[in-house]
Amino acid sequence: MTSKALLAATALAALTLALPATAAELTVGFSQIGSESGWRAAETSVSKSEATKRKVTLKIADAQQKQENQIKAIRSFIAQGVDAIFLAPVVSSGWDAVLKEAKEAKIPVVLLDRDIDPSGKELYLTAVTSDSVHEGAVAGEWLAKTVAGKPCNVVELQGTVGASVATNRKKGFDGVVAKNANLKVVRSQTGDFTRAKGKEVMESFIKAEGGGKNICAVYAHNDDMMVGAIQAMKEAGLKPGKDILTVSIDAVPDIFKAIAAGEANATVELTPNMAGPALDAIMAYKVKGTVPPKWIQTESKLYTAADDPQKIYDSKKGLGY
Amino acid sequence: MRLPPVAITAIVFVVGFALCTVQFPNFASTRVAANLLTDNAFLGIVATGMTFVIISGGIDLSVGSVIGFTTVFVALAIERLGVPPLVAFAAILLLCAAFGAAMGAIIHVFDMPPFIVTLAGMFLARGASFLMSTESTPITAPLYSTVSDFALRLPGGGRLTAIALIMLAVVAAGAVLLHFTRFGANVYALGGSRATTALMGIPVGSMTVRIYMLSSVLAGLAGIVFSFYTAAGYSLSAVGVELDSIAAVVIGGTLLTGGQGSVVGTLLGVLIQGLIQTYINFDGTLSSWWTKIVTGILLFAFIALQQAMLGIARRAGPRKAGVLKS
Repeated sequence: MTSKALLAATALAALTLALPATAAELTVGFSQIGSESGWRAAETSVSKSEATKRKVTLKIADAQQKQENQIKAIRSFIAQGVDAIFLAPVVSSGWDAVLKEAKEAKIPVVLLDRDIDPSGKELYLTAVTSDSVHEGAVAGEWLAKTVAGKPCNVVELQGTVGASVATNRKKGFDGVVAKNANLKVVRSQTGDFTRAKGKEVMESFIKAEGGGKNICAVYAHNDDMMVGAIQAMKEAGLKPGKDILTVSIDAVPDIFKAIAAGEANATVELTPNMAGPALDAIMAYKVKGTVPPKWIQTESKLYTAADDPQKIYDSKKGLGY
Repeated sequence: MRLPPVAITAIVFVVGFALCTVQFPNFASTRVAANLLTDNAFLGIVATGMTFVIISGGIDLSVGSVIGFTTVFVALAIERLGVPPLVAFAAILLLCAAFGAAMGAIIHVFDMPPFIVTLAGMFLARGASFLMSTESTPITAPLYSTVSDFALRLPGGGRLTAIALIMLAVVAAGAVLLHFTRFGANVYALGGSRATTALMGIPVGSMTVRIYMLSSVLAGLAGIVFSFYTAAGYSLSAVGVELDSIAAVVIGGTLLTGGQGSVVGTLLGVLIQGLIQTYINFDGTLSSWWTKIVTGILLFAFIALQQAMLGIARRAGPRKAGVLKS
């Protein structure tokens, strides 16, 4: 009996000794902006699972939308002597001093999802972001391909005025429109990235365009506004997805529900998995000394009814969107 | 009688730090200690001013917005208008002094509750900073990089930064002003009883004006320190700092109704809040909102403590005077 206990104890000890050898070799501090949107919450939960997958200890500090909290978190990560710091900056300026401290302490910094001012270019290892101009272009190209040369009047629901994401998604889409003479953006207004505003603006578009008869497609800068717009079209007696084509960006779970129901046509994914590529880059850097490129662009994948929307909805809905 | 609440705050801080050290060996380093001072420099400065206001029986809700306003003002003056930084600092401190004096005058002349007047001040200052700029404006003046690079290197990698030193200087000066000058004595008197203070021949009006002026000037200084901290001016910065600083003052043992308190206690109150935040960062799995929850619990505890002590004082009072006999 004692020998059995001893054996068990040895096995346990061996296990606990063996575990740290493979697991938890790297500790990464992640200064997250907050949880202001569903996408942000999903990014946090995906980051956790990506870290667990790679056996990296991830310490997350939620800054509650405040830059001062992010600076504090970075300083505290430096004090803890983490192996790398991930930063999703809430604003683009004001990071130089604290990033200099990280550099002095020889801790590599990776930016996630957003970039900082050029003055800080030398202070971080790499930035993992999506290209929002490209996202707009992917949406535009899907529409151009789908209407296949037929004339098409597009109405556009813009994001918050002045937000760089909104400006870029418009720019990317406009680039495709300029190359296709059959596409024409007839109306474009801001829906503030919200469902309520998206619905309201779509209602006024429908009224202004002869009850929606003149509208061939809607392009929304995010899925939330599109969900609102779909509601507006249904209330006006139109069939979204058939009478009026829809394409939007972000790939949140609710839009997959709409695609599965045939009420929406396409969405371009802004992947919440920014930490995965960042972790790969850090591990390669730490182990082999490979210096990653200054910018790692995430994939802007297009989803339509052909991609089993119900299955994607089920896999995404648990992420906190 | 002034010592006990401060002593309790000090014990809470020391015990808290010890507990953190037990859990995270890295915690007891000069780096963490210096970070506590640097990261809370602006809060320490603004809370020093708040201590004066609360001891005098008032409240100043405008300070967070004044910090935000100051960062935007300084950033725009330096970057857009090309004003030398020191001139911009002087201008904003004068502006803040006038702002605080105006609030103090309104409180005194119209006999309005400080809560309402400074609430109006809060909206005014925040609104004005949005009017100037809604974007974060980076400050690239050479003075800023000089100041942010300056630090006394402590053994063990800690950096006692310029802004931490400014904060410590303000706290020291505030302590001297409050505990060793006539002005300080008058602040305590005002908080004890306004009517009695007036009867004693102390100019209540000018005292009120000067106290709010002090608070606003320190908020302006905190704003300058904040702009050094982030090297940027942003209209959304320091939202809610007025509440953090009130919490620091109360946890530091100052009576919310006025008449009692100390600047050193306030510094400890600030450090306790910083300690909670640092602990949560070290842990890495807790929600950062625990900072607010623990601060809230501490606030309740200290207010309850104050009430208990007041109760004891009240019961002891009449007996000593011999007014009531059962």
